Amino acid sequence: MSTIKKIQAEIVEDFGMFDDWMQKYEYLIDLGNELAPIKEQYKTEDNLIKGCQSRVWLHAEHTQGKIIFTADSDAIMTKGIVAILINVLSNQAPKDIATAKLDFINEIGLKDQLSPTRANGLVSMIKKMKLYAIAFNN
Amino acid sequence: MLDISKIRKQFPILSTKVNGENLVYFDNGATTQKPQSVITAESNYYQNENSNVHRGVHFLSGLATDKFEETRITIQNFIGAKHSHEIIFTKGTTDSINIVASGYRTLLNKGDEIIISELEHHSNIVPWQMCCEQSGATLKVIPLLDNGSLDMIAFENFLSENTKLVSVSHISNTLGTINLIEKIIEKAQAVGAKVMIDGAQAAAHISLNMQSLGADFYCFSAHKLYGPTGVGILYGKEDVLNELPPYQGGGEMIKEVSFKKTTYACLPHKFEAGTPNIAGVVAFKSAIDFITELGLSNIAKYEEELLQYATEEVLKIEGLKIYGTAKNKSGIISFNINELHPYDIGMIVDKMGIAIRTGHHCTQPIMERFNIPGTARISLAVYNTKEEIDICINALKKAKMMLS
Repeated sequence: MSTIKKIQAEIVEDFGMFDDWMQKYEYLIDLGNELAPIKEQYKTEDNLIKGCQSRVWLHAEHTQGKIIFTADSDAIMTKGIVAILINVLSNQAPKDIATAKLDFINEIGLKDQLSPTRANGLVSMIKKMKLYAIAFNN
Repeated sequence: MLDISKIRKQFPILSTKVNGENLVYFDNGATTQKPQSVITAESNYYQNENSNVHRGVHFLSGLATDKFEETRITIQNFIGAKHSHEIIFTKGTTDSINIVASGYRTLLNKGDEIIISELEHHSNIVPWQMCCEQSGATLKVIPLLDNGSLDMIAFENFLSENTKLVSVSHISNTLGTINLIEKIIEKAQAVGAKVMIDGAQAAAHISLNMQSLGADFYCFSAHKLYGPTGVGILYGKEDVLNELPPYQGGGEMIKEVSFKKTTYACLPHKFEAGTPNIAGVVAFKSAIDFITELGLSNIAKYEEELLQYATEEVLKIEGLKIYGTAKNKSGIISFNINELHPYDIGMIVDKMGIAIRTGHHCTQPIMERFNIPGTARISLAVYNTKEEIDICINALKKAKMMLS
């Protein structure tokens, strides 16, 4: 099992413990609050993904064959999901990121949050993470 | 006195459960729900009356045309227009504004000026920017005061013989401000300018009389008046509409077509190219009947009572700030709680069955003016209740607790 798959399985297990939406949302808020901050210098217009509802900043660095993502959002619930995506895709090899299937999103019941109609910047964030991976892989 | 529980029974969707909770629908500024009479009228049209309008000699075509034109007369009476041919059916408010703005591209020249305001919906900004780009005219923007009302002194200073058109909303969709449109119309027309009023947020809440108001253009959408989506109204004074070039070419809008010269049909058909949303227009009449039966002044009175109650109650939440505190307001409350992001608040109360709008509400200049990413917005309709406001307040408190 690849690392990305393993992490996804762990996340699905974590979310399986929650009985209701409130616990799930509280967990997302905690994850958002705990997300390692992005360096202020990287919160640039170039790194900004504008959603109608919330904004996401994403920075990528390629070191020692891996991509390190750092990110932020102005909405804490969005930031919680950002934290999960960072957890899954950061510190991985470009090839693994580019080919990763993010099935866990459905399994943890956050599919709605990652639908393009939500306009919270998350769909574009995943796309951008994959594009970085493809670019660094070449 | 309106019997609200009886009114609610007419709206099937209001008994929906959302996430296991009773739906509390506070997103009426975006679109209102539809009474059974409107839903029935729309399906009845397809079941029993469907045919194309103004075209056939056969029975059904005549029936559909009669029904279609009946709505035009209903709208004429509803807004106190002088002639029924001053009522143009469009796709919605945005479409209505674009029809006028598109016509003005050829009517305006360099040096001419259009005035809009800082609180406009993007639909009443972008068409005018496009119009200015193509005509060489200049766009002037009436600034907002801190309470969300327009700076009328700045407005008057903008007016000159160069002012050709003023386009402002009757009610701000974000702030709820009821603009002083009577004054705006009077002052603008005094310098020879035409005035367009975007009534999207007003027509379901304020009773209108075009003849006493005197606006050159007034527009609104059926779906914000308990009617179907995809239908809008563009009212224009007869002479002003006659001067306005047609927007789209096609069937129904012509008098004669030849390859040498095509001439255009008279009003209202000049602006109604192509087969319209006939079912929607027919059903729109039922929506107007619904409003008229309740009485717009009764609706306004009840909504005012709700607004006052909701305003008092939300302000009891510590750290809550309302954007838009003008003296004259419609049933719209835009707010933020401390530094919490409105999206987070919206997501949490959604889980409790409450539909509010969050974001910039297609009014980014307002957000910039107040230096905020967005707001959460409660917008009221006649079927809302004080109990629903209480439920919403409790949900907001819970959201605040979770997020703080």
